[in-house]
Amino acid sequence: MIPLRSRILDVGVRALFHTLLLVSLFFLFRGHNQPGGGFAGGLVAGAAFVLLWMARRRDAVVTLRATPETFLGLGLLAAVTTALVPVIGSGRMLESASVTWSAPLGDVTVYSVLAFDIAVYLIVLGFVAVALRRLGNDGPDDVARS
Amino acid sequence: MGGLALLGGLVLLAQSASTTRLSEILADPPPTTGVVIAALLLVLLGAFTKSAQVPFHFWLPAAMVAPTPVSGYLHSATMVKAGVYLVARFAPAFAAVGPWRPLVLTVGLATMLLGAWRALFADDLKQLLALSTVSQLGFLMVLFGAGSPELAEAGCLMLLAHAVGKAALFMVVGVIDHQAHTRDLRNLSGLGRRMPVLAVTATVLAFSVAGVGPVVGFLGKEHAFDGLLESHFAGATAVLVGVVAGSVLTFAYSMRFLWGAFATKRSSESGHDAVGPAVPRATPLFVAPAIVLGVASVAFGVAPSLVTGLMNEASLAIQPDAVVGALSLIPHLGTAFVLSILVITAGSLLFLSRRAMEPWDRLAHRLPAASHSYELTIRALNRVADTVTGIVQHGSLPLYVTVVLFTFLALPGVVLLSETSLPTDLQLADSPMQAAVGVIVIGAALATALSRRRFAAVLALGATGYGIAVLWVLQGAPDLAITQLLVETVTVVVFVLVLRQLPDSFRAPRRGQLTRVLIAGLVGVMMTAFVLVTTGARVAPPVSSSYAELAVEEAGGKNVVNVILVDLRAFDTLGEITVLLVAALGITSLVVAARLPRSGAANAEAGRNAGESP
Repeated sequence: MIPLRSRILDVGVRALFHTLLLVSLFFLFRGHNQPGGGFAGGLVAGAAFVLLWMARRRDAVVTLRATPETFLGLGLLAAVTTALVPVIGSGRMLESASVTWSAPLGDVTVYSVLAFDIAVYLIVLGFVAVALRRLGNDGPDDVARS
Repeated sequence: MGGLALLGGLVLLAQSASTTRLSEILADPPPTTGVVIAALLLVLLGAFTKSAQVPFHFWLPAAMVAPTPVSGYLHSATMVKAGVYLVARFAPAFAAVGPWRPLVLTVGLATMLLGAWRALFADDLKQLLALSTVSQLGFLMVLFGAGSPELAEAGCLMLLAHAVGKAALFMVVGVIDHQAHTRDLRNLSGLGRRMPVLAVTATVLAFSVAGVGPVVGFLGKEHAFDGLLESHFAGATAVLVGVVAGSVLTFAYSMRFLWGAFATKRSSESGHDAVGPAVPRATPLFVAPAIVLGVASVAFGVAPSLVTGLMNEASLAIQPDAVVGALSLIPHLGTAFVLSILVITAGSLLFLSRRAMEPWDRLAHRLPAASHSYELTIRALNRVADTVTGIVQHGSLPLYVTVVLFTFLALPGVVLLSETSLPTDLQLADSPMQAAVGVIVIGAALATALSRRRFAAVLALGATGYGIAVLWVLQGAPDLAITQLLVETVTVVVFVLVLRQLPDSFRAPRRGQLTRVLIAGLVGVMMTAFVLVTTGARVAPPVSSSYAELAVEEAGGKNVVNVILVDLRAFDTLGEITVLLVAALGITSLVVAARLPRSGAANAEAGRNAGESP
């Protein structure tokens, strides 16, 4: 039922995959002040994974030698850490802070919520990756690889 | 069951007192109504089951299979005292309300007598101690449950005595069990000569439980007798008689414990495979914990000033008007002392004549056992649950959906029809562009419903989503548009992945088509009306109006949507990503388990994970 691999798609994905990942990171980091954020970024990265899967029947996670569930775990770890770190410093859960760094080309302000955004990014991406790996494969050999 | 009753009772109580703080409820108890009485009965039910009161006492001896430290912990100190603590806290405020006092006193006394009676005839040393615990819990229930200012300190003392004494006795039995490989007192003989230190320790502890000699248990028992003599509530004298009878039994089984564990028995009294003199001695470190507690038992008894402060404070915390004072080991020669002597005399006689009592015990065993009726109840409950599950979880997906949609129609629908009115200032469209997109969305939705092929339906569904994303753009909400677009893409992909496994086209349902069309149409109308009414029904200013300023001031971000997600409402997001994660894990486990060779473990795991995913 799945169409055979298409050469055009293959070449297109080669060009698009990394670009899309960069765009997703762009979304992630600009999210604080402009449209974007961890959720949208994660979805864009997920879309890149989907494209790769459609072109080559391969999910990008395999090249990373990780299971898609790793993304989920890392994401939740990041989220909970972000939530709990302020508590240690006698703040409230999930309280945000910012650090401004005067770089040569202008001031850069980093907000602690960025870590939480990264957590959202990882979990959304992880969800897409899980769907691809677990629903996209057919044979038992795929299970053996996971 | 007890926990459920307790929860229900506490909820009812908190509702009637309109606070959930226990201290506030107790300081200002709600007026006596039917609801409050029902709540108290439920709370008591919870307390009785937790603290193994008659008729829920059977679980405690049955929990004896645990290793000794666990038993000691479970039976002497923490868990079973939870119910006693509950009653102790509630009694001062509620003892006079409705059936509280008669009920607690009756149950407590019955537990004390039954537990002690059964302990008198138990052959397993650990079982004997467990039944003794049941009995002591009944005693504590009586002391605290009466809610009498004179009894609070006696209760605290007995609590301490029991915690110290029973934990150590369990350890003594643990040592015996470990060294002799049996806990059956018919098979033990001559251990006292073999392990004299252990025997002396056990003697001190058993005397503390029995309330005799210079030990803390004696203080408690004297206080209890004194308190009951001075209490004014109705039936105090009857309770005193019951407590004295229970104490007689307690003394008798304590003696039997010591005799059974350590005495050198005549061959006629011990079994044919008696062990004793050949038992290896225990290492000092093994016996040490019991000795420490035994010494504590004596120290608290000989020098009560060690615990006076603690006991007075605890009593006053339970009951502000509790009668407290300096504790003294030397008994004043009054009725309580006479009663103590009576207990010792009658207990000794009972111990010596226990053989003559055995026929009575066999008679008692013929009565219907509480554990039996418990098993019957559980079995009936399981049957009912099976039947209900069979009816509710029939496994037909269309029927599930119908029920959900029908509920949606019935509940908010009725409210909508009866209570609210549609807003009047409606516009068909803000711009021609909007109208055009709207038409496309409607067309795509119709195509979804009419399509005979699964893939086409999914793609058309995706088209409605993209159309709505365009509407967001027109409204000037790029964030929403981006998210909608991406979510729609991923949804379509996931849909396609799943649908690969299914046949290409729908099988036309033979019947019920009209009903489905009707329900679907009604839900559509309902949803439209719902959205129209809710947007017009706002009465309070939206909470979001301040978010735009907050976002810049507190979080330092100009993208309000994102700041809401990761900062202002970050808790919500944390919950949502957790749900997402669990759903993903649910996919993994379902798919992986389904592909594994069919085995019970894999199926069970799949079932468990399916239950967890939302």
